[in-house]
Amino acid sequence: MTVFLDVLLGGVFHAAILFLVAAGLQLVFGVQKVINLACGSFYALGAYFGITAVGLASAVGFPAWTVLPVLVLAGLVIGLVGLPVERILRTVYRRDESYQLLLTFGLLLMFQDVFRFFWGATPRTLDNAYLAYGTAEFLGLRVPTYNLLVIAASIAIAVALGAFLQRTRTGRIIRATAENRDMSEGLGVNSSRVFAAVFTVGCMLGTVGGALVVPASASSLDMAVELVVEAFAVVVIGGLGSMRGALAGALIVGLIRAAAIMVLPEAEILSIYLVVIAVLILRPAGLFGKAMA
Amino acid sequence: MSTPTSAPATVAPAVSPNIWRPSGLISFLVIIVAMAGLPLVASTYTLTLMVPFFGFAIALLGFNLLLGYTGLLSFGHAMFLGIGAYAAALMTSKLGVRSLELTLLVAVAAAVVIAVPVGFLCVRYTRIFFGMLTLAFGMLFHSILFKFYGLTGGDQGMRVMRPLLFGMEFEGGKTAFITGPFYYYALGLLTLLGYAMWRIVRSPFGLHLTAIRENAQKAAYLGVTVSRMRLAAYVISGVYGAIGGVILAVTIGLADPEIVYWTQSGNLVFMAVLGGSGAFAGPVVGGLAFVLLQDTVMSATQYWRFVMGAVLVLIVIFFPRGIAGLFGDAFARLKRGS
Repeated sequence: MTVFLDVLLGGVFHAAILFLVAAGLQLVFGVQKVINLACGSFYALGAYFGITAVGLASAVGFPAWTVLPVLVLAGLVIGLVGLPVERILRTVYRRDESYQLLLTFGLLLMFQDVFRFFWGATPRTLDNAYLAYGTAEFLGLRVPTYNLLVIAASIAIAVALGAFLQRTRTGRIIRATAENRDMSEGLGVNSSRVFAAVFTVGCMLGTVGGALVVPASASSLDMAVELVVEAFAVVVIGGLGSMRGALAGALIVGLIRAAAIMVLPEAEILSIYLVVIAVLILRPAGLFGKAMA
Repeated sequence: MSTPTSAPATVAPAVSPNIWRPSGLISFLVIIVAMAGLPLVASTYTLTLMVPFFGFAIALLGFNLLLGYTGLLSFGHAMFLGIGAYAAALMTSKLGVRSLELTLLVAVAAAVVIAVPVGFLCVRYTRIFFGMLTLAFGMLFHSILFKFYGLTGGDQGMRVMRPLLFGMEFEGGKTAFITGPFYYYALGLLTLLGYAMWRIVRSPFGLHLTAIRENAQKAAYLGVTVSRMRLAAYVISGVYGAIGGVILAVTIGLADPEIVYWTQSGNLVFMAVLGGSGAFAGPVVGGLAFVLLQDTVMSATQYWRFVMGAVLVLIVIFFPRGIAGLFGDAFARLKRGS
């Protein structure tokens, strides 16, 4: 029972982080039809910047309990880097997708050295923050309260994002642009601005996800390329461009990983890709994706 | 939100890969001849750079049969480099078979055995779905190599012993072997396989592939068995990848999981586009440019990834047809001028 709960909580925590990054990937794919390999870089950027921000905050005397809001704020601020990146990406919107993939691959390589330049090659950790909120008793299991807070924050972001896309005027414009760019432009939508805004929000989802993970694990130069394939697995399982898919995919990947680490550590990554391949073969559009034309 | 297949028809590839082709074989032969003469003038260090280039060039010839001719972007092609590399490691250090010819045969057989089922599943999809499925298989292979320590040595990898060329043992150090007999062996292999690929793309089979790239539906209507042709192209490109992997592994003396990581697949795409995937010799030129560029930048700064990434970004934005495209334009202007 304890083992089961352990897997459940660990898996859901990982899923909460994965969901944020994957949601950013989905948003950008849904609107711009670009698969952003640099989403992993945004995640890593959020992580590194989060460490710096918390360090600064505690230096000027912020109390320990402000760690979570400081991290979220840091993620949102550094997420603005999405604006200039979108300017670069804009040049290839109407090109073949291999060029889009390659462009974001180039960005991924560049970010790798940006991290090395600013933060060095050794992994960075955030000490003392993980247990700043103490531990909580959850169905007879002691867990860091921080994990529960992150899960709650991720759910809140998911709900807010869903409400924004479904209920607001801007959300409707975004969905219209995703559905048919030329038609919405014909109706007076400034699609360049929509694209810039969507990409920046997608980027912020990634950076916030990265910032939230650093109290629990170190930030390293490898985290970007490692996360890309995991986020890829999430969106493939859930279906490209679908938010519900990102949620389902993140839960599946997070739980499978947590279970595999417990049962058969060798199969940690293997099991994820087996699911990905099974989904691609049985249901290539993913669990929540639209069927292929 | 729609899937990419239903993307508006206006999103046409900005590049028609057909623009520059006539001198493909000539450019390829120029490179081969230059490489054959290189040991007379170049330093040992340059020669040690060229041998991995031969490995990449062979893999890229195969890779471009998929990307340039069939129009399928594989983002997991490093898997085949890995198959070749681990076949070499298995043969030379585990089984004690040191004949390179046998190793190559085993690598080819392994590539076929893996490429047929994987390809069978992958070629039913095109565009981004093909890319993602190949990526997933590549990472699956990586995780097996990485995690099953007892079988593969995990992240330590497996050593690759110096092989016998045509059953002959060579005296001397490792560098002397790599830049001497092995240099010409790899170059000979590249020449042979390059010629074979030239024949393949000019054959009716190659024309079928081009027809599939241009319009798969129309090709099917004309009687082309689209899936079977794509599968054949995938298997051939896998075999080329495995042979390239053997060359790489012998040069490095090690087979480790890094060679199959997805970023390595990304590098292969990088090389192909850098040279220009529309031209026969384009990817080979791209491989050469990549190896030389990476070496120059790496010796100049520790931030070489940034420079390589920036080069890739600039190429994609401003020169999507790669080096071959630039040459093609210059060539066309020359012809018009005269």
